[in-house]
Amino acid sequence: MIQVAVFYLFATLVIASAVMTICARNPVHSVLWLILAFFNAAGLFLLIGAEFLAFLLVIVYVGAVAVLFLFVVMMLNVDFAELRAGFSNYWFPVTLLAGLLLFEIIVALVAWDAGGITIAPRAPTPENVSNIEAMGQAIFTRYIFVFEAAGIILLVAMVGAIVLTHRKRGGVRPQNIRKQIRRNPKDAVVNMQPGVGQGVEL
Amino acid sequence: MTFWETIQAIGPEVILAVGATDLLLLTAFSKNPNVIRTISLISVLLLLAASAALLGPASHAGNLFHGQFRADAFSAFAKLLIFLASAVAIAMAPGFLKREGEAHGEYPILILFAALGMSVMVSAGDLMMLYVGLELSSLSAYVLASFARRNTRSSEAGLKYFVLGALASGLLLYGISLLYGFTGSTVFEDIAIALATPASEGIELGRLFGIVFVLAGIAFKVSAVPFHMWTPDVYQGAPTPVTAFFASAPKVAAMVLLTRLVIDAMGPATDAWRQIIIFMALASTILGGVAAIGQRNIKRLLAYSSINNVGFALVGLAAAGLAGVASVLIYMTVYVVMTLGSFLVVMRLRGADGEQLESIDSLSGLARSRPGLALAMMTFMFSLAGIPFFFGFYPKLMVFDAAVQADLAWLAAVAIATSVIGAFYYIKIVKIMYFDEGGPELTTEKEPVASGLIALTALAVSPLGYLAIPYLETATTEAAASIVQSGPVVPAAPQTLASGH
Repeated sequence: MIQVAVFYLFATLVIASAVMTICARNPVHSVLWLILAFFNAAGLFLLIGAEFLAFLLVIVYVGAVAVLFLFVVMMLNVDFAELRAGFSNYWFPVTLLAGLLLFEIIVALVAWDAGGITIAPRAPTPENVSNIEAMGQAIFTRYIFVFEAAGIILLVAMVGAIVLTHRKRGGVRPQNIRKQIRRNPKDAVVNMQPGVGQGVEL
Repeated sequence: MTFWETIQAIGPEVILAVGATDLLLLTAFSKNPNVIRTISLISVLLLLAASAALLGPASHAGNLFHGQFRADAFSAFAKLLIFLASAVAIAMAPGFLKREGEAHGEYPILILFAALGMSVMVSAGDLMMLYVGLELSSLSAYVLASFARRNTRSSEAGLKYFVLGALASGLLLYGISLLYGFTGSTVFEDIAIALATPASEGIELGRLFGIVFVLAGIAFKVSAVPFHMWTPDVYQGAPTPVTAFFASAPKVAAMVLLTRLVIDAMGPATDAWRQIIIFMALASTILGGVAAIGQRNIKRLLAYSSINNVGFALVGLAAAGLAGVASVLIYMTVYVVMTLGSFLVVMRLRGADGEQLESIDSLSGLARSRPGLALAMMTFMFSLAGIPFFFGFYPKLMVFDAAVQADLAWLAAVAIATSVIGAFYYIKIVKIMYFDEGGPELTTEKEPVASGLIALTALAVSPLGYLAIPYLETATTEAAASIVQSGPVVPAAPQTLASGH
């Protein structure tokens, strides 16, 4: 019973925050709503006993959202001073939202303990083995070769990106730390005694 | 199987992976502007070491990693070809890249990674392994295509290749997911068992869709018509050594992968894939022959030539069976030598100021200015055309022979007709070299490595090549025998879903 209630809670919130993501006028608000949607989707995964996917969603997607945030900040010229100006006006709804998230996490864990929802047949998981353990067992034993090869693909992608974009630029003035440290007052400071009514000649 | 035995069985891959990552460090930290020469030399040695490792358990260890990786004579033969072709592609490049101002040490390393991916491809016994190997070699190839990044044509080639390659990967993955869904496994053996088991109409249809999509994805990689559109543009735009590489090793890898897939995994569904292969074979030979006639750029012409040749290899594949598979291997072996030789000659065509010449007109009068080069080019062209007594005739003969044995005489007849069309443009090049006047002045710079390789490949495809037939036949028959089963696959009881353990 509790699972069904929790399912409707999460499902409603996922849909509502997804709608808000595309309706929000401010891109920063959009991103925040998106994070809320991800958290609730993770809760849905927890409900069906896929805790690994739930953690992955939070870690990877919410992590990716941080990067997205960065892009929004860099590309869309959002005035953060203006945003922050009204911060005190918002403390109540924001605290409410944070409290709601905390409440959801607790509820999800309770519901997960209660045994999860029974859904349509899926790939059988062995008894007494958690998802993460089962994934690890498969990836690092049976599929180790494919896994390592996938790692090399990522390395090639990185090398390729660097090969195609990295170039030595002429005319730049990089910081020369040794030169900076070795500089002493004798080179940098000159005592001048200008006469009355005369300027300083450098 | 112990850990050490497994490592030995995947020895070539381990050598390439460890060597390439270490070379990456060397090139990243080296301050020497000529580092590409050192790295090229070490890379060629690594490829030779990997080839030597094929003598060990890598050629007969059998199934590894629960049937996902096959170390058999078939994969060993293909790996040898791939490694040697990659070594030639590395050896021919440093001078060219230096003139282009793009002598980065990453070129040989990316070729090493591509060779690693291809080596995984030809050993794949599982759809996931197949995809990972394919993606590793393709990703390196995309970067290599736009390696001369200051050249707009090269960037364009890389972008086109990348976008169309991603599309093909999507098709392939969709097909893989359908096959997995409707057969219950990604391992080739289990797929074959499932395909041999009769199922309801809906499931049969799903399997058929899976087969079609997987074949379409791989047809893109071998550039068989109708998935060839990228080939001329990419071959023309990519730096010449890279084009030579594209036309050789990846073609072999994709062809061998396709062969293993259709024989091993889709053996029981031969009726389904054979018509697709026959269509691609016919379309490739016809289009490759006809479309090449109007080309004015030698690299474009060789691109159409490679489409044409893939068509002939597919004729052998359509024949299936021991003779068919062996003929595909023979065809690809000789094709690689011919095509690498042609590109080596194209690279030697440089004007007095050292600029690369790519138009077919610039070949005029080559027989008078550079008789040796012209003789080599004539050997390659006659061989590609399949003129008797040149070695290129022999693989065509084997392919047609296999087709006739498999009751596909009509296919062989059509392919012979298109071969005659193709002969037209090959012979036209010989005519331009020997009878036309007034080509541009060519550079007199000496290049011992390239000249040696040209002489070697020209000798191999000259009539002298016939001396190698006994060895080639033994090797290819043994390789083919390791994947072709003698009897038909016996339908087994319905499979339970693989649980992952």
